Amino acid sequence: MSGAPGENQTPATKAPGWALWLPLLLFAGFVGLVMVGLYRPASREVKSAMVGKPLPEFTLKQAVPDRPALSHTDMIGGKPRLLNIFASWCVPCAAEAPQLEALRRQGVEIDGVAIRDKTDDLKGFLARNGNPYARIGSDEVSAIQFAVGSSGVPESFVIDARGIIRYQHIGDITAEQVPMILARLKEAEQ
Amino acid sequence: MTGRLVSMLIGMALMLALGFSPPLSAQDKLPPAPYAYRQLDDPAQEAKARALMQSLRCLQCQGQSIADSDAPIAGDMRNQVRLRIARGEDPEAIRAWLIDRYGDYVSFAPKIDTVTWPLFAAPVLLLIVAGVILRRRYAGRGGA
Repeated sequence: MSGAPGENQTPATKAPGWALWLPLLLFAGFVGLVMVGLYRPASREVKSAMVGKPLPEFTLKQAVPDRPALSHTDMIGGKPRLLNIFASWCVPCAAEAPQLEALRRQGVEIDGVAIRDKTDDLKGFLARNGNPYARIGSDEVSAIQFAVGSSGVPESFVIDARGIIRYQHIGDITAEQVPMILARLKEAEQ
Repeated sequence: MTGRLVSMLIGMALMLALGFSPPLSAQDKLPPAPYAYRQLDDPAQEAKARALMQSLRCLQCQGQSIADSDAPIAGDMRNQVRLRIARGEDPEAIRAWLIDRYGDYVSFAPKIDTVTWPLFAAPVLLLIVAGVILRRRYAGRGGA
């Protein structure tokens, strides 16, 4: 009666031969996954979730004497416009200035918001790099950045005639990107 | 010999001076926003603000919360959070407002939705599978 109970009582423990390699394979897969995660360049950009939504309400004070102040109502109506968020203390913003000037010459209306800036610094920046802006608002506490989902300077937003945010450009606009920005503005006309 | 020592000392002093000088650019000169480093007068409100700030991601120093970061944009976001709390806004409403703008990315608080549920379900599932395997292996042993 008690002959050999183990022989027919433990079929569950009998695993096929390949199962021995399963843990090693799982481990190799895990290592592969970690390697891919380590070596793939991570994106540091934070995309705005406001693209496709209306421009939030804001009213900013005048930043420099020779340009009017900026509020959200200035950016609605007419044709698509560019909202450029910049600062005099930001190095890529100076690098971007010639491209903004080129866009202005092509008839693009650019409204600027100076982040955490002083009037005197801003005057110097505009004197050195040119002033392509139709209006400039001053934002000393980055409030507009939180409102439109921007996380740094420079950033540019294409706003259509109805006041809808159509496109977010993170970082400075390079010379090669000017035609693309013009195309985005054209696209926003529809 | 002493000449070399002196020039080495001068070199070291120069390195120290250069190392500790603030960066020339890429830094604004404005003082921090009013509530970047100032607590709210009401301790209960400040506690609420602090809890929220510890679970919001700094947008420029992305591994840190805005409570831990000295980046100007983090200071401005703390200012924004404290002003909204002082106005009586609910912390979760403020979080939702920021998620509307930056996506889930801005919040450190875990959230269960259609994308993240496997993260929470997997451990429970593994425990159940382990339980079943152990039962099938050892359940018969007691009687044998």
